[in-house]
Amino acid sequence: MSFISYLINGISLGSVYAIIALGYTMVYGIAKMLNFAHGDVIMVGGFAVFTIVSTLGLPPVLGILVAVVVCTALGMLIERVAYKPLRNASSPLAVLITAIGVSYLLQNVALLIFGANTKSFTSVVKISPLKLADGQLIISGETIVTIIAGIIIMVCLTLFVNKSKAGQAMLAVSEDKGAAQLMGINVNGTIALTFAIGSALAAVAGVLLCSAYPSLTPYTGAMPGIKAFVAAVFGGIGSIPGAMIGGILLGIIEILGKAYISSQMADAIVFAVLIVVLLVKPTGILGKNIQEKV
Amino acid sequence: MKKLNKVMSVVMASAMTVALFAGCGNADAGTEAADSAPAEENAASEAEAAGDAADAAGAFKIGGIGPTTGSAAVYGVAVQNAAQLAVDEINAAGGINGVPIEFKFEDDECDAEKSVNAYNTLKDWGMQMLMGTVTSGCSVAVSENTAQDNMFQLTPSGSSVDCVKYDNAFRVCFSDPNQGAASALYIGENAIASKVAIIYDSSDIYSSGIYEKFTAEAANQPFEIVSAEAFTADNKTDFSVQLQKAKDAGAELVFLPIYYTEASLILSQASTMGYSPIFFGCDGLDGILNVENFDTSLAEGVMLLTPFAADAEDDLTKNFVTTYQEKFGDTPNQFAADAYDAIYAIKAAGEKAGITPDMDMSAICEAMKGAMTEITLDGLTGVGMTWDASGEPDKAPKAVQIKDGVYTAM
Amino acid sequence: MKKMKITKTTKNNLITYLMVLLAYIAVQILLITGNISSLMKGLLVPLCIYVMLAISLNLTVGILGELSLGHAGFMCVGAFSGAFFSKCMDGAMPDGLRFLAALLIGAAVAGIFGILIGIPVLRLKGDYLAIVTLAFGEIIKNLVNVLYIGKDKSGFHFSMKDSISLHLDSEGQVIINGAQGITGTPHDASFTIGIILIFISLFVILNLINSRDGRAIMSIRDNRIAAESIGINITKYKLMAFSISASIAGAAGVLYAHNLSTLTALPKNFGYNMSIMILVFVVLGGIGNIRGSIISAVILTLLPELLRGLSDYRMLIYAIVLIAMMLLNWSPKAIEWKEGLKRFSRKEKGVK
Repeated sequence: MSFISYLINGISLGSVYAIIALGYTMVYGIAKMLNFAHGDVIMVGGFAVFTIVSTLGLPPVLGILVAVVVCTALGMLIERVAYKPLRNASSPLAVLITAIGVSYLLQNVALLIFGANTKSFTSVVKISPLKLADGQLIISGETIVTIIAGIIIMVCLTLFVNKSKAGQAMLAVSEDKGAAQLMGINVNGTIALTFAIGSALAAVAGVLLCSAYPSLTPYTGAMPGIKAFVAAVFGGIGSIPGAMIGGILLGIIEILGKAYISSQMADAIVFAVLIVVLLVKPTGILGKNIQEKV
Repeated sequence: MKKLNKVMSVVMASAMTVALFAGCGNADAGTEAADSAPAEENAASEAEAAGDAADAAGAFKIGGIGPTTGSAAVYGVAVQNAAQLAVDEINAAGGINGVPIEFKFEDDECDAEKSVNAYNTLKDWGMQMLMGTVTSGCSVAVSENTAQDNMFQLTPSGSSVDCVKYDNAFRVCFSDPNQGAASALYIGENAIASKVAIIYDSSDIYSSGIYEKFTAEAANQPFEIVSAEAFTADNKTDFSVQLQKAKDAGAELVFLPIYYTEASLILSQASTMGYSPIFFGCDGLDGILNVENFDTSLAEGVMLLTPFAADAEDDLTKNFVTTYQEKFGDTPNQFAADAYDAIYAIKAAGEKAGITPDMDMSAICEAMKGAMTEITLDGLTGVGMTWDASGEPDKAPKAVQIKDGVYTAM
Repeated sequence: MKKMKITKTTKNNLITYLMVLLAYIAVQILLITGNISSLMKGLLVPLCIYVMLAISLNLTVGILGELSLGHAGFMCVGAFSGAFFSKCMDGAMPDGLRFLAALLIGAAVAGIFGILIGIPVLRLKGDYLAIVTLAFGEIIKNLVNVLYIGKDKSGFHFSMKDSISLHLDSEGQVIINGAQGITGTPHDASFTIGIILIFISLFVILNLINSRDGRAIMSIRDNRIAAESIGINITKYKLMAFSISASIAGAAGVLYAHNLSTLTALPKNFGYNMSIMILVFVVLGGIGNIRGSIISAVILTLLPELLRGLSDYRMLIYAIVLIAMMLLNWSPKAIEWKEGLKRFSRKEKGVK
């Protein structure tokens, strides 16, 4: 019984990782950059909802809407100011470092505005927990919503990328920027759109993360961001279903590792599994293996 | 041509670096003599330098160090604010021996190396006494420097044993072993529970220190530890496993030697799980009721051993809490109270020792060391606090329980 | 033509050495005349540490061409093994000799870890390699945090749980105490030793770059398949660069441990944040440019300290400066603009 209960907890944690990883993998797949600031955009989303719902007392739906708008605008702004000028830099590392700078910037701005004190987040999910087996197994409302939201987002993203014109443009840009441009695709516009979608997803992820784990500080996003990055790599970075699977698997491994091996070494276990997976399958579970050509 | 360019750029860069060094050196040359060289050799110039600084300002220069950015910022900011509050109050009331205090607080990001940098920055400023540092690891590192310089150090909240290893260092809070043992003793003596679970932060000095002493003392107590699970700084969002294990082991009481940020998450997750043991914590748990927007009903029944409770009814606490809220918009926590007491302890000891701002830091330290063991302070974190030469405070922890959203003495 | 090229690289290297030497002399003069603030004095050893870390990471990132996000892990290994040795041997052998041995041990242990980690990791490519190095760094940090080693009359005791389960006798001493780390490491580090270590690291790295081995390593970076086809042993050279880089980081770690009396493996000092910080030094100074790494490590370490006057806005300004510097140094437009400016000034000179 306790195993099933751990499994459920693992899925709850994993679903949060998955929803963050979806945004990560989206941006990585198209712009080919590790956006270290993604976790901090999540934090901004959390604070936006907190301000609307808890400080101003407005309804949660409005809060989520505002968070999505704020994060989308922020994501596009960051892309325009900090990443776009470096898109053609001689090394892809340049934009990685700028992303780290943006991450510091967002954390410190939030620190100045909201202070260092922990804020308790009121969950926006009003569904009561699902009780199974005489209350021995409990699935929280947040978990249900997160999983459903994750699946909806996953399906929508896959459809969008594969069926819509803008999605096809994204695929083309991710394959070959130069060729895409020659085919008349607006590369800058497409990348900006990618960041907009990625950041909107970050806002949703922020709301769900803070609902499931109701504590909010300027550093809330940093660690889940890294974990989600790991999850995205785990599932095969750039792959949308891969992010979902990677996230949920990561959550399950983390919880089971804590439960059956050692609670002190939870992170070491997660990372060790990641290393093993990558050694066996160097591009993650669902990653495409691109053969290098001479 | 390209070669020339490179040479030029190197020359420029090295010139800049040297200028940086020299610039900083010169700017602070006035207070320079107050340095790490042995006190005897340098006594004359030190006194002169300290004198210079004091003549210009005519004030005691007290420095503070703690994290005001980074993930531990909440503690550093609380200390900074409360210390500033105490300094302002003392200055308004005439200062120490009629001399005002100048207070400066530096950020250390909770990193030992940055903490030493902060200490050196304050020394350049002309600091005569140190109120800090806030966190244990940094405090141990800085105490090495203060011992070498013979600078008086009073840490508000550095609780690990090594923080007060040297005779120039004192602390306001309890030491970790002290808290761990006291908690085990309290649970055992009052027969609160027979099966106890522990959830602690294995990557944190404070938490693991208390955990170890608690387990050691528990061996002599009539209760049994049925589960001891850890979490780490990088893994502190999900506590379902730790709680599940405590629940499965049938623990009636969960001991939480951790800070309130994580505790608030543990309480809410326990409630989702439908698990409601007695939660028992130490001073780190204080502040849980003041987490903005926190549902205090979750904390109903939580017991904690704390020297300070923001809801206490005595005038001193009420006054402090109201002023703090007015000024900074937050309810002060344990750290703030420790810092407030630290500044008043410095004041009391300073008055006892009869220090004057023209004394150098080493002379002040010698005088303060003696005076600290002679004072009795009625502060926020204890009535009739005294210190012994080892640097440990002597005060009684109050056991409180949260009832209807407020602390109630037990 | 060939001769010209050799003299140019030699000259370039000499400039680097000379720069470090000049900086050392300048600081020594300031120290003797007492014109240096306590802050600067305290920063001297950390500066040496960060310079060593930056140039060693540049060997991996710039010369070998692999992105590593776990450099702090090697520093952590070096720091703990060096400090452990010093704690055990404190008093048993002369201080200078002990510190030297600690440095060698730290560098050796980190080098061995470099090889152990390098064997699996270097099979991967690009961002996957980066994430695995990050993972290793985090694993090292996590394991060090649960490591308990004590010493008593019956020898060493070891535990992964807590210090109670070491079962030490009454005179036993806990040396590595889990999250509380190692306290009371002797303070042996000094600026002179730091500079000597920088010189040694520079000597090792610059010589490697200009040797046959170094050219083999760079050929792997430039085109792995071509390098393999002409018979270069990829694994050997990759491991060589990776482990040298790791052992220099280990030596830097030993210096770090002997500069502060408390050594704890926090996310702040040995986590991925630190690895990224070192990477920032490397990228800002120019990938593959050793001298640039030195300069940027010094500037970026001093910057937050010099910004202390801004109090609350310090880290905010630091972040903005970091972004601005990256944009200025790396954006093709900014580079073009700078080139144009240079050409313009050259023309001016020509006219005069």
